[in-house]
Amino acid sequence: MGAPKIEIRGVDKEFKVEGRPALALAGIDLEVAEHEFVCLLGPSGCGKSTLLNIVAGFLQPSAGEVQVDGRPVTGPGADRGVVFQEYVLFPWLTVAGNVEFGPRLGSVAAGERRRIAARYLELVGLGAHADKFPIQLSGGMKQRVAIARALANNPAVILMDEPFGALDAQTREVLQDELSRIQRVEHKTILFVTHSIREAVYLADRVVVMTSAPGRIKEVFDIALPTPRDRFAAEFTRVESEITRVVKEEVAKVHE
Amino acid sequence: MRSGLARGAALGGVLVAWALVTYGNRWLGITNPVLLPTPGDVIAAAVDGLRDGSLLRHGAISLLRVLEGFGLAAGAALALGLLAGLCTSLRLALEPVLEFVRPIPPLAFLPMFLVWFGLGEASKVAFIGYTTFFPMFVAIAASVLRVDVMLLRAAASLGASRVALIWRVVVPAALPGIIVGLRLGFGLALFVIVGAEFMGADAGLGHLIMEGRTFFQPAQIVLGALILGLLGSLVNALLLAVERSLLRWQASA
Amino acid sequence: MRGPAVPRRRALTVRLASMAAFLALWSVAAGIVEIGKLFNPIFLPGPWVVIGKIVGLGVDGQLWTHVGATLQRVALGFTSGAVLALLLGLAAGHVRAVRNLVEPVVELLRPIPPLAMLPLFIVWVGIGESSKVGFITYATFFPMFLTTVHAVSQIDPRLLLAARSLGARPRQVFFLVILPAALPEILTGIRLGVALSFFVIVISEFIAAEAGLGYLINDGRNFFLVAQMLGAAVLLGLFGYLGNEMVGWLERRLLRWQRV
Repeated sequence: MGAPKIEIRGVDKEFKVEGRPALALAGIDLEVAEHEFVCLLGPSGCGKSTLLNIVAGFLQPSAGEVQVDGRPVTGPGADRGVVFQEYVLFPWLTVAGNVEFGPRLGSVAAGERRRIAARYLELVGLGAHADKFPIQLSGGMKQRVAIARALANNPAVILMDEPFGALDAQTREVLQDELSRIQRVEHKTILFVTHSIREAVYLADRVVVMTSAPGRIKEVFDIALPTPRDRFAAEFTRVESEITRVVKEEVAKVHE
Repeated sequence: MRSGLARGAALGGVLVAWALVTYGNRWLGITNPVLLPTPGDVIAAAVDGLRDGSLLRHGAISLLRVLEGFGLAAGAALALGLLAGLCTSLRLALEPVLEFVRPIPPLAFLPMFLVWFGLGEASKVAFIGYTTFFPMFVAIAASVLRVDVMLLRAAASLGASRVALIWRVVVPAALPGIIVGLRLGFGLALFVIVGAEFMGADAGLGHLIMEGRTFFQPAQIVLGALILGLLGSLVNALLLAVERSLLRWQASA
Repeated sequence: MRGPAVPRRRALTVRLASMAAFLALWSVAAGIVEIGKLFNPIFLPGPWVVIGKIVGLGVDGQLWTHVGATLQRVALGFTSGAVLALLLGLAAGHVRAVRNLVEPVVELLRPIPPLAMLPLFIVWVGIGESSKVGFITYATFFPMFLTTVHAVSQIDPRLLLAARSLGARPRQVFFLVILPAALPEILTGIRLGVALSFFVIVISEFIAAEAGLGYLINDGRNFFLVAQMLGAAVLLGLFGYLGNEMVGWLERRLLRWQRV
């Protein structure tokens, strides 16, 4: 095992809510190894999205630091690809245009760009839709474009913030299957935020359960199940129940 | 609060810049000082105007014309707009007139109003009325049309009669759009009254400004312009306040 | 006054039918005035009289001088105003320092009806072309500037974050994300600017011109040539309409992604 891909050390995050400080994250220490798929799981307000935003460079921690590939994170960058919950595609570009956006910034030649985009669009199953505009796509399709866009830029890590949260239940499961399949091909390092335990157990190598505010790491679960995972297997359900129990403790605290 | 302070500071900055440029010009003799009136010149003109009552008179006359013209147009626009929004055939009947008149700048009709109504008050009032009627009518009809059909269904399912539907659902639901339309109409009236008073008028702020040109008194022009700006801001603020109080049920943007 | 979207061809036929209906109505009204001797028919000439007058002017060549004069002023004035508004607007929307500098001036001048400044332009620059063109520039600058600033400030910040997460440097973010994202609203501002140009050219041609459609209108006052006045006004409307259509065409070309 080499050096960790993502290193989070002693991260705190404090916000000012109506003038008074509120601690969203407290003392987060986490390492993500290369090729690992790690889920951040927890109740609302546990700071999982905040943590992801800090790794993405959208927010600065109040204390501690984050390193990716040994380099400290100071702002957004091409080494950390992001997939947003609301897709955030560029509406004025076609599907292919969106996927080519990153390579285009890196001055990749047009022919090569097209090749890269075609490859990743095939990977996410949208090869036939390259010339469509985002306005013509369904939510599930848009999210697949967003994933292809992040992948095509070949970032060191991919950060996903509840990417399937805006989709209906069926589409959500389909995309989970897709993402699982893609990961088996691409072996990226992924940090994934969700509040769905089932989703976390289905996708992740490790599940990090966070406490309610101020967010701390409550427990980390290694998911040793073989992939592709069967949502109805006994082992799956057992792990799911165990994590549910732990999460429920935290949810109860939020509603106190 | 902070933005108010920032605004005040910005305004102050502009005043200072104005003073610097104009007094600087006077001191350095770059161009004819009359051309670049200083704040002092404008204030002097204002004081003169206030002293002999002419400033108030011109302001009142302009305002009166605007109010009369706007009042007539608003009444007509409300009545016809409501009807047109509710009644498709009326809307279709009026549409040709609208389409024809809409692209023509209202000021293009000013000389015609002068020919038709002479040089008196009637021509200005009629012109303001004409100018503001069409945009307000369109806005009001559009608001009525845009009322969410679901609201009507809900009311009907609660037993509302046709009349009740109009007065208790359509009108309140369309009210925000109607008021915005009225406010824009008033703004338009203030916009054109100046132009209307450039020609064929012997009173009013527009006339005052024109006089400033005739007698080579840029200070008077600036004064007239500033008064207009002030008037416009005040009235707009007033209308916004009325709008807000009437529409408290709307979620704040 | 639009209900659900009407396909373009159908909208055009509806418009033409409206025109025809309006002309018919007008002819009837003028006819009634003439026959019923309600008032001197010179005050409400029928559409054919108006058309005849315009054609007459066209045939003897006078019309083109006036049309040319007006269109030239509008074109120059609007273009200057637009260029200025876009440059300053983009700068102000993007760079705080520029915004702080320009905004107070704009805020001060905004409530003042631009028409009030026309005589000032005339005093400063005389009654030549530059005062009219300069005035259009002045009048159209503000709304276009404000919409441009608004367009830039309204951009979904996540688009910017997404671009930066793909490795975009500030310059790339500006040209590849901010500009395309702000374009729809900027074009709306441009549309307003065109309409405003025609709106204000009239009055400046009333009081300080020897040629132009506005001049034609005012000139008609002398001998109650209402036909001439109406005709010139309608022509103005026509050109304004064409200008608007041109912007519409531009919008359709550049913003295909919005309504495919």
